[in-house]
Amino acid sequence: MTPALPDGIARHDFDGTTGIATRGHPEYGEATDGEYRRWDPHRSKLGAMLALGMDTGLEAGQKTLYLGAAAGTTVSHVADFGGPTYAVEFAPRPTRDLLDVADHRENLFPLLKDARKPETYAHVVEPVDVLVQDVATRGQARVAALNRQFLDGDGRLLAAVKARSEDVTADPEDVFTDVVDELEESYEILDSERLDPYHEDHLGVVARPLE
Amino acid sequence: MTDAWFAGLDPDDTDAAAERIASGRADAPADWPVQAVDAGYAADADDYYARLHAATTAATEAAVTERERADDQQLVHAVRAMADCERTANELAERVAEWGSSRYGEAGSGVGYARRIADGEVGDGEEGGDRALRSLAERVAAVAGEADELRAYIERTAPAVAPNLSMLAGPVLAARLVSLAGGLESLAKKPSGTVQVLGAEDALFAHLRGGAPSPKHGIIFTHQYVSGTRGAERGSAARALAGKLSIAARIDHYSGDRRPGLQRELDERIERIRSRGGDGE
Repeated sequence: MTPALPDGIARHDFDGTTGIATRGHPEYGEATDGEYRRWDPHRSKLGAMLALGMDTGLEAGQKTLYLGAAAGTTVSHVADFGGPTYAVEFAPRPTRDLLDVADHRENLFPLLKDARKPETYAHVVEPVDVLVQDVATRGQARVAALNRQFLDGDGRLLAAVKARSEDVTADPEDVFTDVVDELEESYEILDSERLDPYHEDHLGVVARPLE
Repeated sequence: MTDAWFAGLDPDDTDAAAERIASGRADAPADWPVQAVDAGYAADADDYYARLHAATTAATEAAVTERERADDQQLVHAVRAMADCERTANELAERVAEWGSSRYGEAGSGVGYARRIADGEVGDGEEGGDRALRSLAERVAAVAGEADELRAYIERTAPAVAPNLSMLAGPVLAARLVSLAGGLESLAKKPSGTVQVLGAEDALFAHLRGGAPSPKHGIIFTHQYVSGTRGAERGSAARALAGKLSIAARIDHYSGDRRPGLQRELDERIERIRSRGGDGE
């Protein structure tokens, strides 16, 4: 099954292997072909969700808040096809790389902030169509609940839940059940899928905010 | 709209805008681009986003630089100052307790007792002796408070200086190891057997002079993986933990990457050690 990809994301052939790609400035040594740069699903959880055919509801030009931008690997692709993109990251070291990514993209706004404290960036971030969450911290469901205020009523939460961040010793399935239960207090889950073989012990979640 | 990052700013003053991005707050998001155009801060949405891009990159650049300046030597000073404050507070608290029991008969001990005297919960008299004792107790409470502040500072900065070491050891133990070694670089250069007994120098030299048993652990005993492992396996747990901490310190010093896998390897290693029945490896 090959679901339709959002505008701005293409299936492209790189030296005999076909993968998803966006057009923009290369950032992390990914394969390129002309303007196209490969979106490596092994390096990006959102890329894995797309590669696995999950219905993310992504569209070109959407406003996006990205929590846990890290060095900007994924958010560079998001900004390639999206609209204004707010990238929140807490750790200084990867943020140094994120700044380079932002230098090449006028629509990418880097913020060194803690995703658990939305009041420290609500004066900058406007309401968005998409909330992407990839934070490796305990309490991932809580982060999603705290940041729901940024999401339009018909917007989408795209979250990569990392089992190891919640409890390294527990069975990932149990962790996912707990996180999804907590998420359902503020979101309606539309789809969820394990991100194997690209990312072990990760669950991709597509959800929309409850009224 | 007074909450907006651009409220009241001169549109050409990027420094002020960056400062506002860094330190401002709002209770909830709003349609900032529209408000900015209405307020005359930007000509249109494109102009707004151009200014936002300049302000956010400037603010983030400055914040990253400041956090990177939190280097290992600052951490060493902070952790030593914290230890001094804790020791001094405890010493003076003993004096307060001794004095307090002579005046009020109530036996208390430690910083908690000094805090109660400072707050007037115990001995709220107004004689000269009461006032002198309360004043001393207030100093104890203040020094103990300073130790807490320093601990909070260490918990904030250690993960920036040594992310992997802080992940495995916790920020305070990570800072203590860096301090005992004299810096992150010297910690990274030490063999893991040395890291295992850092802080147990007296016992180590007693052993080397002959007679005394070799120490199994130094300061890393405070880690739950050592102190929480039963006696017979504690030496193995200390060796396993010290090995991973050495690797973490080397990654932190030489590459600076984050390796979340280290935590899992350590967890599995300790689990194996704890579950086995007393035989060697």
